[in-house]
Amino acid sequence: MTIVNANDVILRAENLSYKYDSASEEDFALQGLNITVRKGEFIAILGHNGSGKSTLAKHFNAILLPAGGKMYVAGMETADENLIYSIRQTVGMVFQNPDNQIVANIVEEDIAFAPENLGVDPAEIRKRVDDALKAVGMYEFKDHAPHMLSGGQKQRIAIAGVIAMMPQCIVLDEPTAMLDPVGRNEVLRTIRLLNREYGITIVLITHHMEEAAICDRVVVMEKGQIATDGTPKEVFAQVEMLKSLGLTVPQTVELIYMLRKEGIDIPLDALSVEECAEAIYNVLKPVGRDNDARYN
Amino acid sequence: MPGIIKTEGLSHVYGKGTPFERKALDNIDLEIERGEFIGLIGHTGSGKSTLIQHLNGLLKPTEGRVLVDGKDIWEDIRKVRDIRFRVGLVFQYPEHQLFEETVYKDIAFGPTNMGLEKYEIEERVYEAAEFVGISREQLFRSPFELSGGQKRRAAIAGVIAMRPDVLILDEPTAGLDPAGREEILARIRDYHAIRNTTVILVTHNMEEIARNASRIIVMEKGRIRMTGTAHDVFSHAEDLRDMGLAVPQITQVFLRLREMGLDVDPSVYTVDQAKRKILKMWRDVHA
Repeated sequence: MTIVNANDVILRAENLSYKYDSASEEDFALQGLNITVRKGEFIAILGHNGSGKSTLAKHFNAILLPAGGKMYVAGMETADENLIYSIRQTVGMVFQNPDNQIVANIVEEDIAFAPENLGVDPAEIRKRVDDALKAVGMYEFKDHAPHMLSGGQKQRIAIAGVIAMMPQCIVLDEPTAMLDPVGRNEVLRTIRLLNREYGITIVLITHHMEEAAICDRVVVMEKGQIATDGTPKEVFAQVEMLKSLGLTVPQTVELIYMLRKEGIDIPLDALSVEECAEAIYNVLKPVGRDNDARYN
Repeated sequence: MPGIIKTEGLSHVYGKGTPFERKALDNIDLEIERGEFIGLIGHTGSGKSTLIQHLNGLLKPTEGRVLVDGKDIWEDIRKVRDIRFRVGLVFQYPEHQLFEETVYKDIAFGPTNMGLEKYEIEERVYEAAEFVGISREQLFRSPFELSGGQKRRAAIAGVIAMRPDVLILDEPTAGLDPAGREEILARIRDYHAIRNTTVILVTHNMEEIARNASRIIVMEKGRIRMTGTAHDVFSHAEDLRDMGLAVPQITQVFLRLREMGLDVDPSVYTVDQAKRKILKMWRDVHA
């Protein structure tokens, strides 16, 4: 086990429990969950509907408060009302539907909304808005009306609106669910860049296994607890377990898993298209050679 | 016998005469036979949604005609409404349109508007609910007490209850988890098989299209760019990529294998097919 320096930790849940008011007596959305996320991590949270993903995400910036246990954001306990503004400046949230997150009629005014509310100096706001728009690659659209943009562009505007608060961490709850493949790629490229270039911690909640595959760490939730936690390769190698939780694996892993079942000795840790092709090539290579020998 | 749906020179222009004028459909000739399972794909803005809204008379062609069973649907403007019972359209996120006190009443909304007798409405509601996997007990709950996937299925039942000849679904699995997606698709497949209803499935998910559609239609910039079986369409992976469409991951693996010098046919689009092809090659080596 690695010893984690407390200063490196951005999110920490200790024995976290939560129950919705409408739920029955023993129906906890989170039950005794523990997780630590370090600064700069790029982490995906998977799980079927109702597994507790979104409930957990809402604890990350104090939209929900623990019914039991403790939630810390950069060392601040979310149950402390006095800290709520600091917590929300530290962790920004992006939701599924971009249309629900845009408040202004002009892109740059929308981005300025949060810093204005935080009482940031106007000159500083100007700078933050420009920087945020550049970070998501939407600077040239600053004078546009948000409703004329595509879904992927709108979602990047929503992300820029969060960036303008200069958070250390961004939690995205299925940000690509309503987008087409092009919009999805735009958003994924953007959040990866924010992580790599700006060091922002990213927590990505998704139903798309291919998206989870590009993260550094994958956490799988089931019944309000963590079922497994590891690198994408470690997690997706557990094909049976994921299927039993109603999840799928990327097609690349699925194929190799099925080939192994047929008795082909091929490593299960090929995740990307490139790795999968490589692994298959390695077991089939002799075909080419034999053919060469036969036909030359 | 003419196809169940046919378009002739169908064009649609949004905002004609304004600075936002845009040609969304450009001279579409399309014929769909009874019982087909069509997969309709295209980048956002390619005209998919505009097209399907013409097929049940929600939008009126700027030019050209839409025929259902060989009859121009706009010939008699008073009868356009009846077309909506025959060509059922399930919108994106249909659960946002649930509004009644109970799931039963919501599903009954369409048949009631058709002016059917009470007993027949009841029969259809139960039948539609069974098709989508909504239990009798759930029928008498508020739609807002259902889970996301259940709400989606209840909304689909509302369209099925009209017993349309053509069922059009716009991204029916968007935003659902893998189990929820498969559940919806299985229900649609069953409905198609049992009822022989014509189905048009609009989706961005190439794996779903590959596994379900008997014919794929690819749209780009208001035109039909390709039409054919999954085999025909996915063998043009490069063209699809140029149109901003993804090809299934498994197809990408085979394209890469070919680049690496293996003699493989890259028109593979399901994991099962891929497995069979590789196994065959592997057995050839180890025979």
